[in-house]
Amino acid sequence: MSMIVDRRNVDFLLYEVFDTQKILSAPIYQNFDRDAVTAILDMAQAIAEDKYFSCSADIDVNEPRFVDGGVLVPSVIKDALAAYAEAGFFAATFSEEWGGMQLPWHIYVQISNLFTCANTSINSYAFLTVANANVINTFGSDAQQALYLPPMLEGRWFGTMCLSEPQAGSSLADIKTKAEPTEDDYYRITGTKMWISGGDQDISENIIHLVLARIPGGPPGVKGISLFIVPKIRVESGRSLGELNNVGLSGLIHKMGNRGTTNTILNFGEGGECRGYLIGEPHKGLQYMFHMMNEARIAVGQGSVMSAQAGYLYSLDYARQRPQGRLPGEKEPSSPQVTIIEHADVKRMLMAQKAYVEGGAALIAYCAQLIDQEKLVTDSTEKKRLALLLEILTPVAKSWPSEFCLEANKLAIQVLGGYGYTREYPVERFYRDNRLNLIHEGTHAIHGIDLLGRKVRMQGGAALSVFLEEISKSVEDGAGYESIAPFASTLQNTITNLIEASEAVLAEDSLRRQLANATIYLDAFGHVVIAWMWLLQSIAATEGLSGNDVVDAHFYEGKLKACRFFFTYELPKTKAQFDLVASLDDTCLNAEATHFIGV
Amino acid sequence: MKVIVPVKRVIDYNVKARVKPDQSGVDLANVKMSMNPFDEIAVEEAIRMKETGTVTEIIAVSIGPQQAQETIRTALAMGADRGILVKTDETVEPLAVAKILKAIVEQEKPELVMLGKQAIDDDCNQTGQMLAALLDWPQGTFASEVKFTDGKLQVTREIDGGLQTIEINMPAVVTTDLRLNEPRYASLPNIMKAKKKPIDMKSPEDYEVDITPRLNVLKVTEPAKREAGVKVESAAELVKKLREEAGVI
Ligand SMILES: Cc1cc2nc3c(=O)[nH]c(=O)nc-3n(C[C@H](O)[C@H](O)[C@H](O)COP(=O)(O)OP(=O)(O)OC[C@H]3O[C@@H](n4cnc5c(N)ncnc54)[C@H](O)[C@@H]3O)c2cc1C
Repeated sequence: MSMIVDRRNVDFLLYEVFDTQKILSAPIYQNFDRDAVTAILDMAQAIAEDKYFSCSADIDVNEPRFVDGGVLVPSVIKDALAAYAEAGFFAATFSEEWGGMQLPWHIYVQISNLFTCANTSINSYAFLTVANANVINTFGSDAQQALYLPPMLEGRWFGTMCLSEPQAGSSLADIKTKAEPTEDDYYRITGTKMWISGGDQDISENIIHLVLARIPGGPPGVKGISLFIVPKIRVESGRSLGELNNVGLSGLIHKMGNRGTTNTILNFGEGGECRGYLIGEPHKGLQYMFHMMNEARIAVGQGSVMSAQAGYLYSLDYARQRPQGRLPGEKEPSSPQVTIIEHADVKRMLMAQKAYVEGGAALIAYCAQLIDQEKLVTDSTEKKRLALLLEILTPVAKSWPSEFCLEANKLAIQVLGGYGYTREYPVERFYRDNRLNLIHEGTHAIHGIDLLGRKVRMQGGAALSVFLEEISKSVEDGAGYESIAPFASTLQNTITNLIEASEAVLAEDSLRRQLANATIYLDAFGHVVIAWMWLLQSIAATEGLSGNDVVDAHFYEGKLKACRFFFTYELPKTKAQFDLVASLDDTCLNAEATHFIGV
Repeated sequence: MKVIVPVKRVIDYNVKARVKPDQSGVDLANVKMSMNPFDEIAVEEAIRMKETGTVTEIIAVSIGPQQAQETIRTALAMGADRGILVKTDETVEPLAVAKILKAIVEQEKPELVMLGKQAIDDDCNQTGQMLAALLDWPQGTFASEVKFTDGKLQVTREIDGGLQTIEINMPAVVTTDLRLNEPRYASLPNIMKAKKKPIDMKSPEDYEVDITPRLNVLKVTEPAKREAGVKVESAAELVKKLREEAGVI
């Protein structure tokens, strides 16, 4: 068994639960078929295992260092990214015009899964570069595209996303970085950005920062933020590299996990003029950035699922080998010990991990193929529906894995007992890596507020309606199978709770009180979505089992078990959560700062 | 010159093999399969010889089930030119493989057959030698370096205790060892290009080879678990143990 992927599950999601074949049949994807996708995944898995997985423990200990004002990144990270570039993955999803292969996004997501699970902190460099290139490709001028895209898509220049500042993380309305117009075609950028992943490194020849900044005189708040391309090294005509562009590196931030990715504080305009090039129109920067955020946020959820998958596969393998104890009732001390996978509680911990990891993986796969479908459909009503569905699922795809796949990492440590708590085994590292995902790309709280404060009420509740329509279709499908019907009806009841809680919130006058328990709502809403994903998987597994000559019976039976686990052990928790949200309880809202320790 | 590179579909080297409960073999259900790593080295070497102009055409041959076609595609994506799949769902032992390869060699008339020194599933290390014998060609086995000069091959062989360099006449059979090269990964564009390269579909009957196994597998078991080690106090004690208990010196 591979320690980074269950390929059977990948095929199950692509070809049995969701309909990859349908997407691949679109004329623009005509070159791809199942064999080609398999060959690409094989190749990606080989690189991920050889170059990414093999050094994941090493770069956690020997992390990038700040030396003489610059950064030294371990050579294994450079080698891994060189192999990624050589295989053509930076350009994979881009059109042939840019040397790409026009690979469907949802296939690229499966490829990224392999690299992320193998070594999430190396993959961040590639992910950020592709996301950055996507922004330039969508909103940059023809000249900007021609200048920046080719070296980025060859993997020679990397990209970053510079939003956060020391005083403005969750609240981007408060960013202060300034962009002053000049007589030339550029703006003069000054200000400090913090937490910038990949903000400096010695891997790529140049770094292209995408920076949010204010043009003086613009409106306050988020309506006055513009987006700029700021190269680390100035780019002269013919794309040759000129002088340094005065992006000062104050130092590296020392993180709990994800240590292979550098994290930086950058001072723009320190020591001289820093030139930034406006993307699109002034004051629309956040809008442009958020266009990419669906993909970026789904990618955060994906990262979380993959860190959990690494722990799940490791602890599963361990549990099958570690002998310890005897089963209840076995009184003979000289009888052989059982392997710990025989203990009911260890099975519970593995089943919970399976339910979280494979439930999360299904959601990521589903969202990724919605992104492709949205691009492909021509009917404008259907396009709008898909866009709304993605809007409402995105905070869930980002946040649910961050919370519950982290729980899976906790359980992986627990399966290993004391060994799990040591640095000789990788499961504590997977936990540390995953802990980030609740924080970046909007904290857990921010997504709760986004879901309850914006998404469920957008366009008069249109996104919520589309979501409820889709989930109801699956409930109806599930009701048609005798063995699945009870789960379908449980899900139906839970949806009723969700609707009641949402309505109770909307009926409340005080916005503060409405949103006071938004995080609880987010978690419960997420559980409904994941229960839906398990319903879909159990339908596919039941179909799989009904065929002739089933070679995969254990695989399908495992899916049915995990579905049952989720509906029996997890979904009932949402009743209490939705009731709490519906009660508009204000215990926390009305707690004063002095209530905590009396002063 | 034309080169034939046989490629075998085997259990992936990263996969932890599990023995079937009835001890009849290794459980291959849902297990990732890929090209035998030594064969990848052979493909890589042939491609490098093509890149330097020594080789003009590389034919990747696989003998196995329909899915072995994927293994041929991998070779094509790395840079081989065309493929031949000899399709069979039966177990094929090295002798049967060597006989089929001999028949293919007689049709294709290559000057070189480059094989992995062994396959990591059965570890037989026989096919290349048998093929050389059947063809009555010179062989350079366990190659860690191959040089083509003046119509001859200089093959550096990894042997117990060192390296041996031999010169052999062409046509020849070469089997590759681990240190010969580091095979490239296929790239995304080349995987797509490989889809258009031709693969001939054949069967053992086309070559009139009887592939009936000559060996009878009695049982397959997991290797014995390694026992915990002991710490020795001194070098003298180590020598004593090696002599008396291990019997190795
Ligand atoms: C490893 C790492 C990598 C990162 N990479 C990047 C990057 O590449 N580019 C980039 O721009 N940024 C990056 N970030 C920054 C990240 O997005 C911010 O840390 C995050 O948005 C939170 O901001 P903050 O740290 O200032 O916390 P704060 O905003 O101060 O939040 C502190 C706490 O208060 C809560 N809180 C804040 N506001 C509210 C509210 N309105 N309602 C309820 N609760 C609230 C938060 O949920 C949190 O629990 C990275 C961060 C880390 C740790």
